[in-house]
Amino acid sequence: MSGLLEEMTAKAQRLNVPLNVQLDLTYRCNERCVHCYLDHDDHGEMTTAEIKRLLDEMADAGVFILTLSGGEIFVRKDFFEILEHARRLTFCVRLKTNAILIREREAARIRDLGVESVQISIYSHRPEVHDAITLVPGSLKRSLDAIRFLKSQGLRVIIANVLMVQNMQDYAGVRALATELGVDCTLDPTITPMMDGNRSTLSLGVDHNSLRQVFRDPSLVGDVDEFCAIPAKADDGTLESLPCSAGHTACYVSPYGDVYPCVQFPLPTGNVRRQRFVDIWRHSEKMNEVRSIRMSDLTTCTQCTHFSSCTRCPGLAFMEGNMRGPSSQDCEKSFARTGVLSANMLSKRRAGANLVQIQALPGLAATA
Amino acid sequence: MSRLFVARNPRVAARSLGGEVMIMSGRDSTLFTLNRTATILWQAADGCTPLDKIVQERICAEFDVEPAVALQDAETLARELAGHEILQISEEPIPQRNAPAGESR
Repeated sequence: MSGLLEEMTAKAQRLNVPLNVQLDLTYRCNERCVHCYLDHDDHGEMTTAEIKRLLDEMADAGVFILTLSGGEIFVRKDFFEILEHARRLTFCVRLKTNAILIREREAARIRDLGVESVQISIYSHRPEVHDAITLVPGSLKRSLDAIRFLKSQGLRVIIANVLMVQNMQDYAGVRALATELGVDCTLDPTITPMMDGNRSTLSLGVDHNSLRQVFRDPSLVGDVDEFCAIPAKADDGTLESLPCSAGHTACYVSPYGDVYPCVQFPLPTGNVRRQRFVDIWRHSEKMNEVRSIRMSDLTTCTQCTHFSSCTRCPGLAFMEGNMRGPSSQDCEKSFARTGVLSANMLSKRRAGANLVQIQALPGLAATA
Repeated sequence: MSRLFVARNPRVAARSLGGEVMIMSGRDSTLFTLNRTATILWQAADGCTPLDKIVQERICAEFDVEPAVALQDAETLARELAGHEILQISEEPIPQRNAPAGESR
């Protein structure tokens, strides 16, 4: 984050302004990615008029950075009408898309409307791997064509590469592809549970040894010794700091109008079809509960070696059952990075060691 | 001397935060914050009001400054903002299609 943006974010936090909002326009999608956490059926998306009214309310509430995502945003027939309205309200608009519906004409229109950046999911530089993840034959070629169209318009493009079992060996190839295309590239090993709580997608996450390998790749992390060092003990400043921006300067709105602290934090705090966006942001009890949490309130994490450097996600912790608790995926990351078990992992191991196997008595077994 | 017209560049993003206007350049995503004078200029830059009128009606009304000095300073500022592609400047009125809102938000 640039110094000025950091300064403005701190000011937004003081003023309780939601500077940064992700709005999913739809959960419908033209790909079927194996790791996706969404239900792609339409259960009553907001209409064009409802979304425009919401955008008006968001602008009035002070939202500056608006990320339009999905699902696949371009499956909405009214996408450009929504985008035009958003830009008329001078949002800094960022798009997240698989881009397979973007051709020359769409790229030119995106450019004309002054979109800040377009983030496109690319899982591999090899069609057989990428297309096996999206389950759409030819999808890699179409996404790469779109990147070229967008680049030719001078737009900023970011490749987002989610790392999972299927594409673990391909991240270097994706990065080389990004360099060749002249675009930025991000790598994220986080797999999110389904929004209904189903955790089966987590089995697609990379294992400990693969994570370890990623965290020791200097082309990704820079100085490996520094990146993998055991962190210093947390000071008072860390204890009083905020777990993340969710609910403080950022939130998420679903295609059905539900407002959550973050796209990865499925705690419903209100619905813009029934309440004004700003009223949910300011007065929702649940939003205010999330907002009240300080690092010192985290139950297990305050005892952890990794406390001061962990990437703990409060939303993932919430999905594990406690928004003040640890997020096991982030414990795994801290462990893979430093080789030191987290307090949460140690506690689970102790609990496992205390379990005694109970053998059925012969008489009971016979009557069961 | 010819008159100068100023218009908000439709490719920028802008929002007022606690009375301070922040602008993200459409060219390279650089973030700027505007001081009070630049904010007045931004808000009044509708493409059809000449700069001298903006200075006379908006800037001189708020600051204790000689109109000629204010106009010179405003012109320098407008050219600087145009250099960052925040404003557009022209010696002719600038038609505003889908112009970003300058006043309210």
